[in-house]
Amino acid sequence: MKKTAKILKIVFILLVIAFIYAPIVLLTVYSFNESTSIRTWTGFSWKHYEYFFNFSNDPLPVVLSTLLLAIIVATLSTLLGTTGAIGIYYSKKKTSSVLSGVNQIPVINADVVTAISFVLLVVALNIDKSTFIPLVLGQTALCTPFVVLSVMPKLKQMDNSLYEAALDLGATPAKALFSVIIPQILPGIISGFLLAVTLSLDDYVIAAYTKPDTFHTISTHIYSLTKGKKAPIVKASYRAFTAVVFIFIVISVTVANVIAVKKSKKNENKGEKNS
Amino acid sequence: MKKVRFSRSFLAIPYALFMAVFVVIPLFFVLYYALRDDVTGRLTFGNFVTFFTTPVNLRVAGRSFFIAFLSTISCLLIAYPVAYIIARCNLKNKSALLLIFIVPMWVNFVLRINALKELLSWMGLINRSAGWDIFNTVLGMVYDFLPFMILPIYTTILKIDKSYLEAARDLGANKAKTFLRVTLPLSKAGILSGVSMVFLPSMTNYVVSNWMTNNKVTIIGGFIDFAFLNDSWGRGSVTAIVLLALMFLFTYLTGGFKNENGAAKGKALW
Repeated sequence: MKKTAKILKIVFILLVIAFIYAPIVLLTVYSFNESTSIRTWTGFSWKHYEYFFNFSNDPLPVVLSTLLLAIIVATLSTLLGTTGAIGIYYSKKKTSSVLSGVNQIPVINADVVTAISFVLLVVALNIDKSTFIPLVLGQTALCTPFVVLSVMPKLKQMDNSLYEAALDLGATPAKALFSVIIPQILPGIISGFLLAVTLSLDDYVIAAYTKPDTFHTISTHIYSLTKGKKAPIVKASYRAFTAVVFIFIVISVTVANVIAVKKSKKNENKGEKNS
Repeated sequence: MKKVRFSRSFLAIPYALFMAVFVVIPLFFVLYYALRDDVTGRLTFGNFVTFFTTPVNLRVAGRSFFIAFLSTISCLLIAYPVAYIIARCNLKNKSALLLIFIVPMWVNFVLRINALKELLSWMGLINRSAGWDIFNTVLGMVYDFLPFMILPIYTTILKIDKSYLEAARDLGANKAKTFLRVTLPLSKAGILSGVSMVFLPSMTNYVVSNWMTNNKVTIIGGFIDFAFLNDSWGRGSVTAIVLLALMFLFTYLTGGFKNENGAAKGKALW
């Protein structure tokens, strides 16, 4: 009885894992297919990888500019979000509750509503989309609230008396901010930055509405690949890219995990010695 | 001489200005266009009246609700057992097991949806019939949002004090009863937070529905997109306002405003 329950559990977990990984595994396998189709296997080839890593084809520049965009957006969001979180935390109750409420708007709102509302502003202010300003600001408006949300818990855990102590010992407020508060909330800032990077990389809707006409992010590029002669080849090369990204993620997660396990074992050993 | 003392709350000024200009004011523009007649430019409630009296709109809204409902239920039925099994397993490194379910999230969302579509077309399940289109849309939503359901439920189950379970057992409850009377009620917060993170996006994420069905299934998010692409700003804005009202109502009902960082916890998978 107990044994069947255990087997059922394992089978269930494996089925869900299969569901999650089947599409990516299929893509990885067919990224080595000689043909661009996934219906028939015509032989092993690296040609989609060669196509992808050739800078004169579309996909690689698109991927690199998407990354660059994500880093710019994440940097802006982290600056705004971190100062915002510190400011909200030390504001009077009324101000802070209003600002936290406003902060929730892009978090719960549908992307498409955030995007069209932002575009209406862009149109009203007559900002040229080809300047990239709408794209960067639009994604920053989406990401900043998430940075605030990841910095805020660290502020709440922080020891408040240290800042006062620094001021009493003669530090200027700016110095105290940088050498006392920032180091204590740094993990929140870093995770906020990384979160902003992923949100920007993942975004389709805001980019679609605010990007310059000739510019593409990974998301909008793939979405546009429905027609045209080149579409199947480009799509196949994105299969190769997906496989590379996926393998890279799996390796880095595994390495991070192994390091974490080793560290915790070391700490355990230390604990035993001390006791 | 009295100096203006630096206050740390001043740091919120750039943030507050940014949010006011790029998040709050744009919503007033949406409201303005919702109240503005596209043709005459006069302010009326005409767009709202048209929205609620046009059968197509109501059908799209109903379809979105249906798809979101199916997606949420399916996610819950898959995610709860997964979260429960991981949280209660005997492994030392539970988070490594959890990571297996989260790692695919780090692949770009359109790439991921495209992978699912290629798998389905490999199996010959794309472009079959209207029923299949709805099924594929739900499948796409589940594939995309499953981790958002697993994570909050996992966290709440993990936090349940084991002594409650022992107490229930000592008082004579069997396993099923302990689950129904102790574990399930205590994981309600996780379920609610998961539901709010799956239900709303699967009503509006038109990238999934358009891509999985070659634009044959329109949900409310795609409806707004379509209206704006065709310069019907009034129609699009009204739909956006209705959607906003629904979101606030739903978030209020699921307690999303009280639990400030519930949504962020789910999205911050670090």
